[in-house]
Amino acid sequence: MKKLDVKRTIILLLVCLFMVAATAGILIKAQEDMNRGLDISGGIYILLEAVETGDETLDGDALERAITIIQHRIDDLGVVEPIVQKQGDRRIRVELPGYEDERLARELIGRTAQLSFVGPDDEEILTGEHLVNANVVYDQNMRPEVALEFDSEGSKAFADATGKYLGQIIYIYLDEEIISAPTVQSVIPDGNARITGSGDMDEASYLATMLRSGALPVSLEEQEFRMVGPTLGDRTEEIGVWAAGAGLFAVLLFLVIYYRTVGIIAGVALIFYLGLVLGGLTWLNATLTLPGIAGLILSIGMAVDANVIIFERIKEELGQRQTLLAALEAGFERAFRTILDANVTTIIAAVVLFALATGPVRGFAVTLFIGIICSMFTSLVITRFLLRMGFRSKVINSGSALGVKNS
Amino acid sequence: MIIQHRKKAFILSGILIIVALLTMGYHMVTNGWNTLGLNLGIDFAGGTVLQLNLGEDFTMEEVQDVLAEFDLEGSSLQRVRARDTQGELVDEGVLIKTVTIAESTRDDLLDAFNEQWPDMDPEDNLIQSVGAAVGNEQKRSSAIALAVALVAMIGYITFRFEFKFAIATIAALIHDLIIVVGLFSLLQMDINATFIAALLTIVGYSINDSIVIIDRIRENIRHKKKSEYPEVVNQSILQNLTRSINTSFTTLMVLAALMVGFYVFVGSLDLVVFVIAMIAGVITGTYSSIFIASPLWLTLKEREFRREAKAKLG
Repeated sequence: MKKLDVKRTIILLLVCLFMVAATAGILIKAQEDMNRGLDISGGIYILLEAVETGDETLDGDALERAITIIQHRIDDLGVVEPIVQKQGDRRIRVELPGYEDERLARELIGRTAQLSFVGPDDEEILTGEHLVNANVVYDQNMRPEVALEFDSEGSKAFADATGKYLGQIIYIYLDEEIISAPTVQSVIPDGNARITGSGDMDEASYLATMLRSGALPVSLEEQEFRMVGPTLGDRTEEIGVWAAGAGLFAVLLFLVIYYRTVGIIAGVALIFYLGLVLGGLTWLNATLTLPGIAGLILSIGMAVDANVIIFERIKEELGQRQTLLAALEAGFERAFRTILDANVTTIIAAVVLFALATGPVRGFAVTLFIGIICSMFTSLVITRFLLRMGFRSKVINSGSALGVKNS
Repeated sequence: MIIQHRKKAFILSGILIIVALLTMGYHMVTNGWNTLGLNLGIDFAGGTVLQLNLGEDFTMEEVQDVLAEFDLEGSSLQRVRARDTQGELVDEGVLIKTVTIAESTRDDLLDAFNEQWPDMDPEDNLIQSVGAAVGNEQKRSSAIALAVALVAMIGYITFRFEFKFAIATIAALIHDLIIVVGLFSLLQMDINATFIAALLTIVGYSINDSIVIIDRIRENIRHKKKSEYPEVVNQSILQNLTRSINTSFTTLMVLAALMVGFYVFVGSLDLVVFVIAMIAGVITGTYSSIFIASPLWLTLKEREFRREAKAKLG
């Protein structure tokens, strides 16, 4: 029995404590910040009905185009798993999970407004149909501005207008409302204009979104607008968190009983994994839905599996090698390739699903992808790092630290 | 040991698959051919949405109890909030999504609600038929995505291992999917969008399980004679047995906790379906990774050897 290296043991304990504490911090923050899907946390529900106006007739095609445009507008809102669906002949149902900004949602989704650029003498220069794109960009001083791009016809009209109104104001109208009134500072010949001084990032991106959203092919009337609560009762999330916690506790208990000291290390690594994955999802502003949770459960299973594979391999090597260190390193070396191949295969599936699928499958793919990346990092880097520290500090000093008898 | 009995495993799996397919076929007659014999809920089939202003306090459990009298306990429930004149969020009622119900049933259901909540305002209720949330377009795009994902995985496994490993792994995976879909066809529980996620989880779990074992075979098989292959496969499976059991056991513990939580405390059949599917998938995935994937690879390999031997003789 080798003697415990007290200094190194304390460092190891501090590192473990830090990981657990960091995870606790991330979890508390994630619980506040994580976006939840309409199925988990509720969100905004809007029902729109197409109304016929004088000169436009309503057909299925117009409704389909309206759906496409609404979908693009919602993408601008950054809602991850929206539902935009035709309901009956003339209704469109929109669900925005976890989205709470009533004002922007209403304005963006129902708006049929006409966008127009008007000179100071009230003469119309061009309309929104000539605007190809509007984006937020930064100038040299990192101040946000809105970049506009016109089609060829629009470019020509805009070149003439900026020549004519140099030094004067051009008004940008959405219906009757002026949304921006920039002064012409130079003649713009190529259809690439910039609106400067439109405030901070949020204001600039609001303006760009408004400009981009253009007009709908049909007039839509809002039939219903509701903030809805979560599916299946308000307690689902609470119960889900408790159940997942209980399940995780059982897993940790099993690991410690079965793998002893290294089981504790695996437990710390798994807790850290949870922090990584939930922190990552929050940071990426992902929306958690029930299918997303399925992806998480799979990746947790794979994270546990990776640790089990490593420990079983080390145990096997222990029977064949001279020293504990040699067994640790050889076990890791062998397990590394196994874990890599298994995980890469799953990552390929996640990437394909993300690229090709829509709706719930996409939400699954996102969490699975992030989950596996974190799982690989945890098992191949964190577990290894902790095991080495455990070995150097002599906390792991014989096979019994792995739950092997008579080593 | 396992390899000696592989024929028994193949026969057992064959019977399970045939029973699953027959069950699916039987229910396809009544549920429609494009349902895979599953009892599709409102997410797939569309249905009736009832928004009821109950006019007073209610719990989801009470609403669920009323629905259960009409065999509609598989419905999805949402609490509806709206902003009042002060801009405060207040409870307004409940949004119930059920399968399409007949008008007479609907009236009876409303009567039952009215009996329990006399303050319910019939003027303020909204009842309408809705289309499927997972429309045909989404079903098709999901199916195509899954097919492409399978081909991509076959490509990667062929590149890292060999084509026969890829075939054996994917066969085990399809085996798992058929058995789980067959089970739900048999149970005829309401299937909603979350079921797709459960099936995808099974795909991931099954592939991961099988690859770890074939990786061991790849490592052990080097410099081995053809006659030693069965022993190598057997040994590789056994070396991985502790890992297979430990991993499945821990995953099942988490799922069991979720199941108890959702069933006992939430009373939500929708989520229970989701967890049952995953539990079934973990069990069949573990079984197929041990008894189907690698033994099937060996069988394919032995056929190749026999063909080679014949070719040499000829």
